[in-house]
Amino acid sequence: MADELIFQSAARLAAQLAAGNISSVGLLQACLDRTKVVDGRLMAFNSHDETGALAQAKAADERRAAGRARGPLDGIPVGLKDVIAVEGQPLTCSSRMLANFVSPYDATVSRKLKAAGAILWGRMNMDEFAMGSSTENSAFGPTANPWDLSRVPGGSSGGAAAAVAAGELPVALGSDTGGSIRQPAAFCGIVGLKPTYGLVSRYGLAAFASSLDQIGTLTRTVEDAALLLGGIAGHDPLDSTSFQTEIPDYRTELSKRQGSWRLGVPREFFGAGLDSEVGAAVKKAIGFYRQSGCEIKEVSLPLAAECAVAVYYLIATAEASSNLARYDGIRYGHRSTKAKDAVDLYFQSRAEGFGEEVKRRIILGTHVLSSGYYDAYYLRAQKVRTLIRNEFVDVFRDCDALLSPTTPTAAFKLGEKSSDPLAMYLNDIYTISVNLAGLPGISIPCGFTGAGLPIGLQLIGQPFQEATLLAIAHAYEQGHDWHTKHPALS
Amino acid sequence: MKYEAVIGLEVHVQLKTASKMFTRVAAGYGAPANTLTDPVVLALPGALPVMNKEALDRIIQAGLMLGCAIAPVCKWDRKNYFYPDSPKNYQISQYDQPICLGGAVEIELPGAARNVMGEHKKIPLTRIHLEEDVGKLTHGAGDSFVDFNRAGTPLMEIVSEPALHSADEAFAFLTSLRTTLVQGGISDCDMEKGQLRCDANISIRPVGETKLGTKVELKNLNSISFVRDGIALEIRRQTAMLEGGGVVAQETRQYDGEAGASTAMRSKEMAHDYRYFPDPDLMPVQVDAAWLASIRAAVLELPFDRQRRFFSKYQLPYTITAVLVPDRELSDFFEETAKLCGKPQAAGNWIANDLLRELAGAKIALADCKLRPAHLAGLVKLVESGVISSNIAKEVFTAMFQTGETAEAIVGRRGLQQSTDTGELEKWVTEAIAANPKAVAEFKAGKQQAINAVKGAVMKASQGKANPKLVDEFVRRQLG
Repeated sequence: MADELIFQSAARLAAQLAAGNISSVGLLQACLDRTKVVDGRLMAFNSHDETGALAQAKAADERRAAGRARGPLDGIPVGLKDVIAVEGQPLTCSSRMLANFVSPYDATVSRKLKAAGAILWGRMNMDEFAMGSSTENSAFGPTANPWDLSRVPGGSSGGAAAAVAAGELPVALGSDTGGSIRQPAAFCGIVGLKPTYGLVSRYGLAAFASSLDQIGTLTRTVEDAALLLGGIAGHDPLDSTSFQTEIPDYRTELSKRQGSWRLGVPREFFGAGLDSEVGAAVKKAIGFYRQSGCEIKEVSLPLAAECAVAVYYLIATAEASSNLARYDGIRYGHRSTKAKDAVDLYFQSRAEGFGEEVKRRIILGTHVLSSGYYDAYYLRAQKVRTLIRNEFVDVFRDCDALLSPTTPTAAFKLGEKSSDPLAMYLNDIYTISVNLAGLPGISIPCGFTGAGLPIGLQLIGQPFQEATLLAIAHAYEQGHDWHTKHPALS
Repeated sequence: MKYEAVIGLEVHVQLKTASKMFTRVAAGYGAPANTLTDPVVLALPGALPVMNKEALDRIIQAGLMLGCAIAPVCKWDRKNYFYPDSPKNYQISQYDQPICLGGAVEIELPGAARNVMGEHKKIPLTRIHLEEDVGKLTHGAGDSFVDFNRAGTPLMEIVSEPALHSADEAFAFLTSLRTTLVQGGISDCDMEKGQLRCDANISIRPVGETKLGTKVELKNLNSISFVRDGIALEIRRQTAMLEGGGVVAQETRQYDGEAGASTAMRSKEMAHDYRYFPDPDLMPVQVDAAWLASIRAAVLELPFDRQRRFFSKYQLPYTITAVLVPDRELSDFFEETAKLCGKPQAAGNWIANDLLRELAGAKIALADCKLRPAHLAGLVKLVESGVISSNIAKEVFTAMFQTGETAEAIVGRRGLQQSTDTGELEKWVTEAIAANPKAVAEFKAGKQQAINAVKGAVMKASQGKANPKLVDEFVRRQLG
């Protein structure tokens, strides 16, 4: 019974709660029990507040009993990547720099979920400051892939993805700057959605790259992604980059938008470097769409394929070098005890507080912005970014969505790529251009390798057309049963 | 060798807004340390900036008042540098697309004498942009403290062209700028509270040379007087250096107002690379015609324009306008009075002399004074129509100031009307002449002032109510 509960979708759980078949406390307890069984091996959680969570669950049950339930998210446990602020909860970004930092304020998405009655439970492990593709850059140790504990769950939202896949949580929020929701979703066999840039507020999201970051969802079904997205999307006056747009009811739109779509397949995303098993599974998925009556057309994104990774690592590191300057030990966070004076305080605190990949990116970003190099690197990268975006605009004239693999391979072994940063960066080769263009992207499970590792199918949508994107993803999901498979962890 | 000084000023002005530049926390001075803060001010993880529209309104207004071109589109840039008073370790500023370009500050130099208006010049500006202020550091014995109350306050940076040529011009520039901004409601410009800060760039060159000499930046000029004194000192220092065969080093110097000296600040090994780039958290600002028009409608008359208008419309002399113009309230009081009594020059005199003296003595503000324009207008009319003498008027003025009664009421109550009884006047004159034989004799012998003793006696006998003109006429007639 508890097993069934921990793998049920949030939508189904909501129905059960509404029907009185289960209680929020019972549901949370099931999650807690599951966590106790598996997290010692998974290490998906940085921390969690059992007492606080149970109190929230109790409150949800009381609301429901009094006829004041707030909606489908009321009483549903939601995990948060340890990069999203919740008042009174740690906000570590998996960094020694913030190891003891407790946020005094709520992110907008946290406030919205609290208002919806969701139980914000769990600070999920990640690559430090969202910089990485494997969660091996966490200062607190890596998270394991629940399908194969010797492999990475992906990153940077690895903890959140692993926990949802393993049944520790029904749903979670992550963040995606170059693929950090979609790639771990693919590696862990779940659904990962990165919304259009500007759809979800960034207020309270510890910034990595301001023009690329977006908070998104990690769930086991597409319907849950629609449900959770509805709870966090919308214009926020506290975020100047947040967009004013009407938010549809994503969940009801899922079944409304039917039929035959025009789906583009970028030829460059099926070239060298793509693992053959991954390629085969994705091609089979494309076949499914063709058979359902969709028009499949080959499209070309040469600039995205060739330059996106380089452009990304110039822009993202530049913005990060500036965004992470605030971590100096002066007002909060780690302050070195070894410093001799104010300047030294900066040097020591940041040397001690930041991990290697973070330092690498800060140095790179600082160089990119520095006098004499700005034009050749940063400015040029921004210009190419515009061209990449224009490439997508062109392609989307005749397409409702694009299909591609999410990642070039399935989950790799822990330690396999961590000594070669560039090899690690190439993991994001299919996801990164989506952030550069500000488009919505979703990864859904589409099969397994011979070794039993999940394979992800990426769908890329038009700006602010999440409803269509989700419907297209939903159609595939409902025609298959990948989402009913769960890792054998006990 | 004659040298001329070339000076440029960089002035930072805190805008008088309710909240800070990029967040809704209150802006202010004097609050307990670190109380005007929030996640955005303290640069907590996840905090984001949101523009304060009032600050934009104010800088557009300032730009219009100073004749700047308002950029149709401008943007925000991050100025990256590490310092403990800067929470984000970058400052949000405007680099290559500032909101205001060009413009000028009209200055008035000291005249040949105190009552003579000096030369007017227009000092061109390069630009004005908006940025955020930093916190305040204080240093103790072994440690330092930082108060972030000031961090994030909207700051206007006004850069002048290197078009000033003397310490006096710099003084006049700041005085004029301050008056304009205070009257416009843009800022209170209180230098003691750090609301107006000024750095100067000074170089000298041989007269006739067009190339600029090596410039020295002078900081810590904490009052407008210190700006003048510091610049004058620096010009002397550079001149002495060149005349002694030396070379002026490009450096930053700190002025010490108390000591009247400056010292070189420890030069940084290399110039700061601020790594400016457009702030990705903020949208560019588009100032359209409608927005501009709404601000333009609120721009009031500039001080020197008012000075010119007061001269041409009311024929007010410089000695009076110099007092009225820097104070908008006082100017408005004057215009209201002039409108009511139709005698601007009389009104101007009363206000510039007597009203200011009474206000200073009572230590109250004009707004709190009981004497309003209608009162003064009434008094002026009484004097003009001969109901009271100008001597008596002074007594009435003081009473009006203290009680707020009208002039008519006071005159009536105290029976201060000028006497019109010529018969009585003749009698007083006769008696005064008889009572002052020595003065009469001296007057007849040629000493003109001696007549004042006789006239004084007449005024005394009349208890001040005799018409002084008539007294003079009658005494002279009786003395032959």
